[in-house]
Amino acid sequence: MKTYLPAKFMVERDPERCIQCQVCVNQCTFDVHRHDPDQEMVRSGEENCVGCHRCAIFCPTRALAIKRNPLDYRENYNWRPEVIEDIIKQAETGGVLLTGMGDDKSQRIYWDHLLLNASQVTNPSIDPLREPMELVTYLGQKPERVEVERHSLSLKTKIAPQVKLEVPVMFSAMSYGAVSLNVHESLARAAAEAGTLWNTGEGGLHPSLYKYGGNTIVQVASGRFGVHSEYLDAARVIEIKIGQGAKPGIGGHLPGEKVSAEVSMTRMIPQWTDALSPAPQHDIYSIEDLAQLVYALKEATDYAKPVSVKIAAVHNSAAIASGMVRAGADIIVLDGLRGATGAAPKVIRDNVGIPIELALASVDSRLMQEGMRNRASIVVSGGIRNSGDLAKAIALGADAVYIGTAALVALGCTLCQQCHTGKCAWGICTTDLALTKRVNPDIGARRLANLLRGWSLELKDILGGMGVNAVESLRGNRLHLRGVGLTDTELEILGVRMAGS
Amino acid sequence: MKDIGQVHNPYQDDKVIDACSLFGAMNTSGRRFSGEDITRAIANMHDRSNGLGGGFAIYGLYPEYADLYAFHIMYLSQEGKTQTEAFLKTKFSIAYDEQMPIRTAARVASPPLIWRYFMDASHHKPEDRSEEDYAIDCVMEINTRLEGAFVFSSGKNMGVFKGVGYPEEIADYFCLERYQGYLWTAHGRFPTNTPGWWGGAHPFGILDWTVVHNGEISSYGINRRYLEQFGYQCTMQTDTEVIAYAIDLLVRKHGLPVEIAARVLAAPLWDDIERLPAGEQELLRTLRQVYGSLLLNGPFTVIIAHQGEMIGLTDRIRLRPLTVGTKGDMLYLSSEESAIRLVCPDVGKTWIPVGGEPVVGRLGAPLQPESVAASGSDATLLEEGQ
Repeated sequence: MKTYLPAKFMVERDPERCIQCQVCVNQCTFDVHRHDPDQEMVRSGEENCVGCHRCAIFCPTRALAIKRNPLDYRENYNWRPEVIEDIIKQAETGGVLLTGMGDDKSQRIYWDHLLLNASQVTNPSIDPLREPMELVTYLGQKPERVEVERHSLSLKTKIAPQVKLEVPVMFSAMSYGAVSLNVHESLARAAAEAGTLWNTGEGGLHPSLYKYGGNTIVQVASGRFGVHSEYLDAARVIEIKIGQGAKPGIGGHLPGEKVSAEVSMTRMIPQWTDALSPAPQHDIYSIEDLAQLVYALKEATDYAKPVSVKIAAVHNSAAIASGMVRAGADIIVLDGLRGATGAAPKVIRDNVGIPIELALASVDSRLMQEGMRNRASIVVSGGIRNSGDLAKAIALGADAVYIGTAALVALGCTLCQQCHTGKCAWGICTTDLALTKRVNPDIGARRLANLLRGWSLELKDILGGMGVNAVESLRGNRLHLRGVGLTDTELEILGVRMAGS
Repeated sequence: MKDIGQVHNPYQDDKVIDACSLFGAMNTSGRRFSGEDITRAIANMHDRSNGLGGGFAIYGLYPEYADLYAFHIMYLSQEGKTQTEAFLKTKFSIAYDEQMPIRTAARVASPPLIWRYFMDASHHKPEDRSEEDYAIDCVMEINTRLEGAFVFSSGKNMGVFKGVGYPEEIADYFCLERYQGYLWTAHGRFPTNTPGWWGGAHPFGILDWTVVHNGEISSYGINRRYLEQFGYQCTMQTDTEVIAYAIDLLVRKHGLPVEIAARVLAAPLWDDIERLPAGEQELLRTLRQVYGSLLLNGPFTVIIAHQGEMIGLTDRIRLRPLTVGTKGDMLYLSSEESAIRLVCPDVGKTWIPVGGEPVVGRLGAPLQPESVAASGSDATLLEEGQ
């Protein structure tokens, strides 16, 4: 069938600069560039170009420019090009539209409507270059009170296991199989260097990475891939994955082509078979079932590790989160509408769930109202782009955030949204060994650790400007936020006042 | 008083901000002394306040009624008084009450009617409620429900006197030179707005706990939300109120020694905690993990007092001043050393405590170093004994 899809991008090659070196041919995984042996010429066929920039960045003479194809439709606010082209794709394939990364639509990004405070006159701002500035965060269940023996002043309270983060930013769950082993190694090493945690996702932990167990969150998801006692024992935190923001209510599908020998071993499934994660966990059909799994995992690990429960942010997150805390979760993770994925039905990604800012505000408020905020840490993910978003998330009530997309961007990702194809030209979201070596773990770990360092320094500046020198004084401190351009209802849900008031 | 927030914070700021002068004096042997020196000392720091608030707390004030709750109540209307007294009669046995003695010639603006009551609660409280909780409930009830009435002092054998004016004017108005106490704290206020409301002056207190405070708590938003979980209503919207409730929660409800409570409010840095011996490390780490939301962050000095104890504390990087002086069994805490030297020219020892290290004066156990789990605490220990 002839496709009616137009090319999205144009490739412009400057013939004066091109030296026919074929780097672009080798770098492109979407067959955009090819070498014509008859004419000794490199040519480009742009219909396949996804706009990932791999060729342009690696072209030694900067001969390539990638531009949007200016093939305009008649203007129509309703029938936008993407809407038209999605219909064309389905008319030609009859299938579910798959995509990668997070929701790219124009739903309101609340971070951009929240502004932070700073000290002027009545209290001094604090210069983090000259004064201590503390970002240390402990995740885990805290008791309501501490008991101290009055005479010896010794501690009587035995506190549940806590996990120390030097910086309240962790790497989000991305499974081995979805991303490569080199990506996992980069994340693990960066987490170890920065004093934070990375998350295996639901694909198990490769044996070569057990040495980073102290910085590892292992996931137990609906497919139970790679879950065994050594895996649980190796971890610092165990996370039960109920859902993720990119595809709430939907399971996962790792195509058999990505299940290489190493992935097969790590996931404990036959090579080249599809890895299907059921939509629900089939032993969790209710909140009391969740409690059973939480305590089964705690039993299995001698109550030595916090157990986290991750859900997608959905309409009644506050009530669900309250139930999760009652079910014994030490950490609750909320993954918002913009949370990313290696593959999801596009209609789910872009239409299901709620923005993380609203979910976070309502969950934190609900746990406060119920007097049980101390009983679990709150971690949020799904669209944290920079340290400004991080500070605002903490002020709304988060103990820490997860970053996934931002971490992949640090490794080279340009959000071309082709993760589901397995052809990632940057070697991130693929298990093709020819491609995965494009992420060098030495360099990858460096880039990720640099990112965390940069955000830490910026968060310290933000805290110091507010006149506080510890991150817990910002956590849940919504008086340090003001809203702009929001309705009264939005402000009320966020628990934030209008700027100027 | 209905909607104290509206009265106290008319512009609905996030919180009422003020800076100030502080002074505290305690005779750790329990010898009572008059308010003359205290007034001179706080007046010596006149320029640290702006005439919009002054106040005093006196302990050992009413020995003749030592077992009775002494409520000091401001009335903005006669109706408020009638209603409140009807309420009090249902909740307490009133042993004695009178209008607060005042000096009418004193220079103060628009004083409210102030009355004091000495009352017994023991026969009225429900069995399942402690007398303290019962008394707090009654105070909260009056302050949040009854119109035109505000309880600003509610302890036993102690009292708060405060109003709009310079502290020396308030002392004059209430004739404080006639009163005796073994522990006095005083406050001169410099608010950034002009509430002109007598209840807004310091000290703030609940039962016999009082706080005078110089500073701005930048962590107020989370401190307040945290306390609300335990049923405290922060009706005044001041960071000082938050400190009073935090102390009440930690010391009275959670039973922590006051030295430990100070380690919550001005927690040591994580780096300092990690240099301590294992036991102290675990204690301080746990305190910070559990009570992180009660860390008072931002510049502050407070003098917290209750029956038998006076505690001076600054924020952990000491962004507001505090000087300590000792002489025999007298302990002085002051924003400025000059005020101590004015009233005690031959003061034995003065020093500036390290940020976040509490200075505790205790009745009957005078001026001994406290063996609190502490780091680098040499500078704050009360080295000079009797």
